Amino acid sequence: MSLDTLKISPGFESYMPKEYVDLVERGPYGRDVKVSEMGTFKEIIEEHPMCAGCAMTLFIRTALIGLPAPEHTVILGTAGCGRLVLSQASIPFIYGNYGDTNGVASGLKRGLEIRFPNQTKDVVVMAGDGGLADIGFSCVMHSWFRKEKFTTVMLDNEVYGNTGGQESGMTNKGMVLKMAPFGKKFEKMDMIGLAKTAGVAYIARLAPTNPTRIANVIRKAVLIAREVGPTYVQAYTSCNIEYAIPTPKVMDDAREVEKDRYGFMEIISDEAKAYLERIEQEKKAKAKAVAASKAGA
Amino acid sequence: MTTATSSPRYQVLPGPEGLLPPSAAAMGVVLPQDGEGLVEGVIVPEAATYKAIAKAMLTRRNPTIFPGPLVVWGWTKHTQEKASVVLELAAEIPGVKIIPMPDYRPIYPKIDPEAVINPCHPNLTIWHNKIEACIFVGVHCHFASVTLKMVRAGTNCYTVALCAEAGHEDAMASLPHCDIEKLQRVTEALRQAKKEGLVPWALTPAGKRELAAEAEQKRKQRKAIATSAPTFAHELVAGLDENEE
Repeated sequence: MSLDTLKISPGFESYMPKEYVDLVERGPYGRDVKVSEMGTFKEIIEEHPMCAGCAMTLFIRTALIGLPAPEHTVILGTAGCGRLVLSQASIPFIYGNYGDTNGVASGLKRGLEIRFPNQTKDVVVMAGDGGLADIGFSCVMHSWFRKEKFTTVMLDNEVYGNTGGQESGMTNKGMVLKMAPFGKKFEKMDMIGLAKTAGVAYIARLAPTNPTRIANVIRKAVLIAREVGPTYVQAYTSCNIEYAIPTPKVMDDAREVEKDRYGFMEIISDEAKAYLERIEQEKKAKAKAVAASKAGA
Repeated sequence: MTTATSSPRYQVLPGPEGLLPPSAAAMGVVLPQDGEGLVEGVIVPEAATYKAIAKAMLTRRNPTIFPGPLVVWGWTKHTQEKASVVLELAAEIPGVKIIPMPDYRPIYPKIDPEAVINPCHPNLTIWHNKIEACIFVGVHCHFASVTLKMVRAGTNCYTVALCAEAGHEDAMASLPHCDIEKLQRVTEALRQAKKEGLVPWALTPAGKRELAAEAEQKRKQRKAIATSAPTFAHELVAGLDENEE
């Protein structure tokens, strides 16, 4: 997708559904939008078929606001709850086979670089703990070792929520689930440690308690992946159905888990840090120049 | 080379055929060549296809055009030209509805069947609007094929596929390689049919009654929405604290 595709054919404006007209007129394409502006612009995703109170939906909704260039972004997902939202977002979505998302993303990113040499295209993998840490583990690790330039976002609900509550590698030790009645026998996988070992340029762990932080983390991860190397965001997105969290208590649970074992954490390489500082300075210089030209005029 | 007016082994007729009908291609229906068309599973000369399309769109109930992304999004001069030709075609069908298929994203939990048609459940739009004849134009072939099959499975709608590529076996009438010139010929066929005395459904007493009742119902709905719509009163009006951690 590019901004050129977002033009309604002359004469069809009155026939287009309101949703699409809003996307064209008030969408987040080609401009920066902030979480604090929610409600004033048309979001990439609004309606979705997820369970009431789903923390994953809140995370995805906010994460999509953080994308620095949604009109030049492709998202990859796989089987699981997350793809139900992602496939409805007004952004290209590729449904990878279970396990191959990071392999597909590697090829896609390289292909896009060849096809669009003058336009940066961002690739973001957004999949569950089962898709990335269990079944897709091999492709995830190898994409990191190969230093593929795209972002991997794990929607960590610590269970196979879509298929009835089987334990995943990211489930905590001892956790009893519908399809794990004796409790999990092994520790939660240390994907953050594995990412560090693989030399991932930017690693973040967070819970969906602060919308602005989610958007900022995603923005940083996508920008660093453009220039420096692979980035990894691991987000706690509880499954209130399989973990029997009452809907009104979902955010309370997120805050408790954040305090207990899922605190915000960022690991950033020196190269990535320097890159972020550079683009921040460029942004400030550009804003200054615009302000100066306005004052001059 | 296929021959014109070959006898049908399997007729592609308005449904409902029931859940999971066989694809017409699996039943031996083959696609026409350039200069030919496909009507109800039979390869016929192109001129006969125009006549069949005109007859269906003028005489059946609630004729509708479903323009796809290749028409409604005008990102090239060509698509913009094609869009204007589709509007000219629509203008020749009295009482026509235009309901776009702007993209192929699944729309859940609920669609507005008066505003949009979605390839995941096209039957909902056709049922809701009681559409008995429709044209698909500017829809990518892989989604058109799925949509046409679902429409045939669950509705009594006569489907026309004006395809820029090879055509569609599962449509009741299909023109392959349908460029701007062929679209204009469809428009001309509609004009010709009316000249020859075909009375469009919208101008029949039954059609007039139905359209008037529908307009009245929509007017009432709009009035009800205008008087009962909730106002947006939420803390987001004040905004969130950007620096809050």
